[in-house]
Amino acid sequence: MRITGAKMVTESLKEEGVEVVFGYPGGAIMNVYDEIYKQSFFQHILTRHEQAAIHAAEGYAKSTGEVGVAIVTSGPGFTNAVTGLADAYMDSIPLVVISGQVPTTIIGTDGFQEIDAVGISRPCTKHNYLVNKIEDLPRIIKEAFHIAATGRPGPVHVDIPKDITAELANFEYPKEVNIPTYKPTVKYNKRQLKKAMDAISKAKKPLLYVGGGAILANCAYEIRELAEKLNIPVVETLMARGVMGHDHELLMGMLGMHGEFAANMAAHDTDLLISLGARFDDRVTGRLDEFAKKAKVIHVDIDPASISKLVDTNFPIVGDLKVTVQGMIDSASEMEFNDYSNWVSLLRDYREKEPLRYNDSDSVIKPQWPIERVGQLLGENAIISTDVGQHQMWTAQFYPFSYPRQWNTSGGLGTMGFGLPGAMGVARGNKDKVSINFTGDGSILMNIQELMTCVEYNLPVINIILNNNYLGMVRQWQTLFYENRISETDLSVQPDFKMLVESFGGIGYRVTTKEEFDTALNDAVEKKKPAMIEVIVARDEIVLPMVPNGHALNEMTLLGDSNE
Amino acid sequence: MNNFNHYYDSETTRQVISVIVINEHNVLSRIVGLFSARGYNIDSLTVAPMSGTEYSRMTIVTTGDKRVIDQIVKQLNKLIPVLRVNEHKNVIEKETVLIKIPIEQPLSDIEVIARAYNGHIQNVTEDAIVISATDEPHRIANFTNIMNKFKPLEVVRSGVVAMER
Ligand SMILES: Cc1ncc(C[n+]2csc(CCOP(=O)(O)OP(=O)(O)O)c2C)c(N)n1
Repeated sequence: MRITGAKMVTESLKEEGVEVVFGYPGGAIMNVYDEIYKQSFFQHILTRHEQAAIHAAEGYAKSTGEVGVAIVTSGPGFTNAVTGLADAYMDSIPLVVISGQVPTTIIGTDGFQEIDAVGISRPCTKHNYLVNKIEDLPRIIKEAFHIAATGRPGPVHVDIPKDITAELANFEYPKEVNIPTYKPTVKYNKRQLKKAMDAISKAKKPLLYVGGGAILANCAYEIRELAEKLNIPVVETLMARGVMGHDHELLMGMLGMHGEFAANMAAHDTDLLISLGARFDDRVTGRLDEFAKKAKVIHVDIDPASISKLVDTNFPIVGDLKVTVQGMIDSASEMEFNDYSNWVSLLRDYREKEPLRYNDSDSVIKPQWPIERVGQLLGENAIISTDVGQHQMWTAQFYPFSYPRQWNTSGGLGTMGFGLPGAMGVARGNKDKVSINFTGDGSILMNIQELMTCVEYNLPVINIILNNNYLGMVRQWQTLFYENRISETDLSVQPDFKMLVESFGGIGYRVTTKEEFDTALNDAVEKKKPAMIEVIVARDEIVLPMVPNGHALNEMTLLGDSNE
Repeated sequence: MNNFNHYYDSETTRQVISVIVINEHNVLSRIVGLFSARGYNIDSLTVAPMSGTEYSRMTIVTTGDKRVIDQIVKQLNKLIPVLRVNEHKNVIEKETVLIKIPIEQPLSDIEVIARAYNGHIQNVTEDAIVISATDEPHRIANFTNIMNKFKPLEVVRSGVVAMER
């Protein structure tokens, strides 16, 4: 049967089993929207900004493990989406983003709302397509989903000119993908794995250094099994929160710039660093030539380009993390290992002597407190998103994450404005959980319009603003490294957040005491409506511990060192 | 123990890479974009379709330290339309140059020099002659230098093609 290109889009999404699409219409994509109107296979959620459509798709993808889908129009619609694409690219989130383009006859003439979309998206997507012929459309969409979800996942962009969505052609959705040039390695090389396992068996202080790849590859439980089987301590990156579960005995915490003392000392002292789906980001390693200086390195990654990009690897293993870690567990059954219990207890000692903590106060709410409190009250029942800044680091430090995909944050790009739309995607994909967004008074205003989307579709995101009247994280650096010159980070002039959310039709709270906070949170959870709890917090708190930029991980500033 | 300090090693080498890519929209800009976005050098780049296939071959000459070259190869391999990347170790390299020289220059001298570089006169008009030479890139560089003294009107170099011995 001959159908239009527009209908091919909706039919293809149906074939892919897509259940929700986030998007925003416009001239060049109208044929597709006309088909969206006619179909009933998936829900379309109208965000109020294209950037938010992408972040919502990211939140949906990260929390459910499915590919997220967003649709935008040409020109400004697409350029608005670019920050979202870059965000998803940096965090390897599988997305398919479809954009309208001006008709092929107008491409290249600087037509109304024309922009070289594939030119712009190239550096911030895993792959992209400009559809030139309607006959290619089904294959391209099939490939887009395949590329987004396999290998190292990432966003794929499909740009479709308007005349192609109007044209007619036969539709047959391909059953299989065949891209001769794209065959990601799934199965590890056995000999390399054996060598790595031998190195582990001989090490004295091995350490599992776990990154976001562990979540993307769905292998958190295999990693727990491996760690337990060999009795090896584990440190997590920001993106890997939830892999071990907060109360696991072998977890030494998050490492990096705002990591825990035990975790950073573990990385400093280890003699064998076993990197699983981590990529040696500079926020993690601190000064690179001092990072894990005493260690040999095993590096497992699906992306060969990640291996030896920043550090020399003694034992590289390219492969799917889940398959590889399972292989490590299997091969461990036939081997003898050193006893690492002294090493484990040394690190546990560090953790006890120098735990994560803050000086609580009764006169003013410390920003860490509401995070801990939500952890106590909701724990596993909440999926936690954040924006970017101090509140993000405190959430990574103080929320008791217990399982993978419970944590949704913008790690690689650090995008303010991610939180609310991200949490919206989480709410859509996880109706049995409470979707919490910890945000700052700066970040929340970057995509505040999405309160409207939450209200329209009843997506009960609870936004908790830790209001310190500052662009706190930047202010922290100004305090520490710019002799306290508070340049353009003072946010004393603010909206009335309670009125603001109420004007959108959500519920607003403004709290200044712990009791009020509990009441507000309970009320918001019970009412299951989009809500915003503004918490007035101590203004000058800084995130500690901290490894100053350009320093080694063992050169941390701890809480006791600060004069707060 | 670890030798992360190598990160700061910076002995630059010249590397010839050939990249086999699917002939499709955008693929050249993808390759070039990768070099520019990551700050890698391109000294020369040539592209042509491979006969009888849907692929093209790009020959890229680049310079960088070991880690950079390693990353270039890996990042190229990561691009979806890239079939294969060869880091050439032992290659025959050839480059062609076309040089246009005003007719009043001493033609016989030019002819003799050109022949020393596997070259010869390609075309003669009332105003100018065009000579060409095909040889190893460093010899082509020498040749062009020498030709400079005949006040060339135009010099066009082709970029390098290479084949494993
Ligand atoms: C889009 C964007 N612009 C600028 C920045 C730089 N930046 C990082 S953290 C931060 C301050 C965030 O302030 P706020 O949201 O109030 O959170 P707080 O640090 O106070 O918790 C800024 C401006 C960024 N990450 N993203």
